Amino acid sequence: MPLGNLASLSHFLPELAVTATILLLVVAHVVGGNRQSAVPAILSLAGVGAALLLTALQASVPAKSLFEGMVALDGFAVFFKALTALATIVVVFLSMESEELAGRSQAEYYIFLLSVLLGMFLLSASTDIVMLYLSLELVSIPSYLLAGYLKGGGRSTEAATKYVVFGATASGVMIYGFSLLYGMTGSTHLGEIGRALAQGEATTPMFLAAVMVAVGFGYKIAAVPFHMWSPDVYEGAPTPITAFLSVGPKAAGFAVLVRFFYTVFATPDAASGAWVLSPGVDWTALFAVLSAVTMSVGNLIAVKQDNVKRLLAYSSIAHAGYMLMGFVLLSPAGIKAILFYLVVYLFMNLGAFYVVILVANRTRSEEIADYSGLGSRAPFAAVSLAIFLFALTGIPPFSGFIGKVYLFAEVINKGVYWLAVVAALNSVVSLYYYARIIKVMFLEDPKDKSEIAVPAFPRAVLCLLAIPTLVLGVYWEPVIRMAENSVKMIAF
Amino acid sequence: MGFIDSHILSLMTFLPLLGGALILCLPKGTDNIVKIVAAVASFLPIPLAARLWVAFDRTVGGVNVANQFQFVEHYSWIPSINVEYFMGADGISLPMLLLTALVSFLAVIGSWGIKKQIKGYMALLLLLETGMMGVFASLDFFLFYVFWEVMLLPMYFLIGIWGGPRKEYAAIKFFLYTLFGSVLMLIVMLALYFNSVNPETGGHTFNMLHFMQQSAHNAWLKDFDVRILLFLGLFIGFAIKVPLFPFHTWLPDAHVEAPTAISVILAGILLKMGTYGLMRISFPIFPDVTVWFAVPMAILGVINIVYGALCAMAQSDLKKMVAYSSVSHMGFCLLGMAALTPAGMVGASFQMFSHGMITSMLFFLVGVVYDRAHHRDIDGFGGLGAVVPVYTFFVTVAFFASLGLPGFSGFVAEAMVFLGSFPVFRTIVIFAASGIIIVAAFHLWALQRVFLGPLNPKYAQLEEINAREIFCLAPLALLTLYFGVNPMPILNLMSTSLIKLVDVVKMVI
Repeated sequence: MPLGNLASLSHFLPELAVTATILLLVVAHVVGGNRQSAVPAILSLAGVGAALLLTALQASVPAKSLFEGMVALDGFAVFFKALTALATIVVVFLSMESEELAGRSQAEYYIFLLSVLLGMFLLSASTDIVMLYLSLELVSIPSYLLAGYLKGGGRSTEAATKYVVFGATASGVMIYGFSLLYGMTGSTHLGEIGRALAQGEATTPMFLAAVMVAVGFGYKIAAVPFHMWSPDVYEGAPTPITAFLSVGPKAAGFAVLVRFFYTVFATPDAASGAWVLSPGVDWTALFAVLSAVTMSVGNLIAVKQDNVKRLLAYSSIAHAGYMLMGFVLLSPAGIKAILFYLVVYLFMNLGAFYVVILVANRTRSEEIADYSGLGSRAPFAAVSLAIFLFALTGIPPFSGFIGKVYLFAEVINKGVYWLAVVAALNSVVSLYYYARIIKVMFLEDPKDKSEIAVPAFPRAVLCLLAIPTLVLGVYWEPVIRMAENSVKMIAF
Repeated sequence: MGFIDSHILSLMTFLPLLGGALILCLPKGTDNIVKIVAAVASFLPIPLAARLWVAFDRTVGGVNVANQFQFVEHYSWIPSINVEYFMGADGISLPMLLLTALVSFLAVIGSWGIKKQIKGYMALLLLLETGMMGVFASLDFFLFYVFWEVMLLPMYFLIGIWGGPRKEYAAIKFFLYTLFGSVLMLIVMLALYFNSVNPETGGHTFNMLHFMQQSAHNAWLKDFDVRILLFLGLFIGFAIKVPLFPFHTWLPDAHVEAPTAISVILAGILLKMGTYGLMRISFPIFPDVTVWFAVPMAILGVINIVYGALCAMAQSDLKKMVAYSSVSHMGFCLLGMAALTPAGMVGASFQMFSHGMITSMLFFLVGVVYDRAHHRDIDGFGGLGAVVPVYTFFVTVAFFASLGLPGFSGFVAEAMVFLGSFPVFRTIVIFAASGIIIVAAFHLWALQRVFLGPLNPKYAQLEEINAREIFCLAPLALLTLYFGVNPMPILNLMSTSLIKLVDVVKMVI
């Protein structure tokens, strides 16, 4: 039975910690005004760190439904809360180092960032349509603000505007789908909707609802054809925010996508531990095609990019395509593969963006051409970036390879060979553009020979991102076990 | 000796990597120390290889029987999906391990003259050696795949940073081609994983030897059409590495642009991984398809022999000529293997070993003249025999070895290939024999244009080959000659396993 509101509070500590930190930041903003100081950043780190610890403590708590069935506390939610909190911590480090953000109000920035985090916490745990929509908007609205945080910069403003328009449209379509579901079943609770649909017959509104909801979530994870916003937003937004959007909200988008479709349009099969489709909507076929198209479009367009941020934007579209493969298989191993991939993706993608920030701080450029000779100008940063890029390509002994192996493995296990072949060929294409950056860094002579110094603190952070990228490529047993245990979703 | 003996393959694999890591820790401006560390780290596998040579029991086969493998190391790596750290050697892999140890060390010595970023160069070269050793020592497919791919990164940088004018193009072409083959291999590996079981535990496995137990395959994997597709997936992956026509176009580019020592490793060892993969993985796992595919393989082999030789004849760049001659020689390996006779199989394996030494010599020699003249145009020399007699002597030895003159190991290998394959594919082999003539022709023609005739006055002061270069060449020349006269030591090493391999493949018909 779902817990009542008061009883739920003791299981809501991570969210409360983030909320308290947001309030403290508001106070800090009032007290400190727009002065430059490290206080908001450190406060955020402490708050998110505390939330991460509290989340870790929830790992061993038996699954519960909280707040009269609005929010779930299960392995799946705990995993995503930990993942997004970790991503936020890294992004705070990125933001502290970024010179784009220097000179702008610090406290406000972190208030928005932590609001997104709170939204992601709730989004990955929502089990009710209303809660789900609210938390989705809690993720989206501060994201719009963050994308436009470089006020006065044309690109940043354009990014934010585009983001708002696309986001609002997608939300509108999605909520239309929600209303259809409510109309058909008379409930807002995911579990109840799912049970009602599983017993009912296939109807056109049901199909429409599935497609419309897919639009909303597809937008969040930037799946083709709902990806149009992402390259412009990614290019225009401050780089730490680009990094954040490509990992945090994308992960939360996957969380809600999986939870929603696996609860509403499929029912768990107790005997095999897998899921069975509800009648009427074969959304797995739909998403399988979407997955193939997403990775192919992302990779093929990335080949033509000359701006590193844009290139990474398209590459992150492609990675969403890879992860979608795990989503269409209706098996715990498929979900496990997504979860594992998100972990390795967090380190390698944030790492790549971190180097982009460090380089841009000095060169004021994000053009690939300006990375020439980085191997001799900033060997440490260049080697780190090479590690992250090879990991993104999926070459052993880096962690990205293992992530791909698990995705491919489950696709092959389910016999969807065409998808495996498409994904494999996509890996080859992706090598071409990732290697282009590496080529420029190591194979070309620098135009400007001056050294780019990387101070000790960024070095340490880079190590913190590079070491897991290497280690998870050689020994990943604990992480895969953790992912395996996090597949459990509840739906009361 | 206990620890060394029980971990000999791991030591051979990871000592170079350790040396590479050590090199990266050295401060700037210690180029000589870097070179010495690299030389030591790449030398250490040689005594270990000697130990393998002495201790190897030549009477047991291996191939698909776990307890017939020697120097085995078997540990659990990732228990949840049964990935194992499983290394071992048999007569198929042992000659390759010996070759890798020798050629890698010589390549380090041959790189002594590298000026640019020697630290990175040596570290990558040693990483490459680790990858190569690992490929030849692994018996777990996952482990094999990891080592197979690990080689790509250093190779990409070694060609891309230290290469010639079109190095970037050559490096990425090599990388893309090989990765294309690798991802196909990855899919096949995963398909094998899910459709076969470990007979002892009933769980899925990446152990190659379990894949070879046909009884461990499930119904899907017993379907012949499926087996053909999976075999072809692996075949393309390996064919790109060999490289077989029509997947060979990366090779001339990579060779021409790569620095000398890297060409040596590329031709001397990397190409052999393709044919080794066929012997180690494709043939025993899919024996029925192997028999079905034997004729196409033989035809591809002959196309390689003749086409490679004709291309070599048409080259004006000495290095490109040698590169195409590799394409031609690797064709013999394929022809011998496709015959599925003991003589053919042993011939193919011996050709891999012998060509590894001969082609290494050739690329070293091309490097010697390029270092001095700064070009490799065959027609741009003339009469060098009078100026640099010692160099001419070595080139003559290497060319004669390469064209298959009796007395050199190449002759023994090719003769065995013909002996083994003629009874099986008569017409095809007759075409292959014509390749021999072309091979002889372009070698002699090149020899004539470069070393005979009137002296080109530009090169009247050409510097003679130096001691370090002779140090790289002499062991190879002596071994080629020795195994040409007395091939039995090597043949004994490999024949038990290869005869068993033929039995394993033939058993199904």
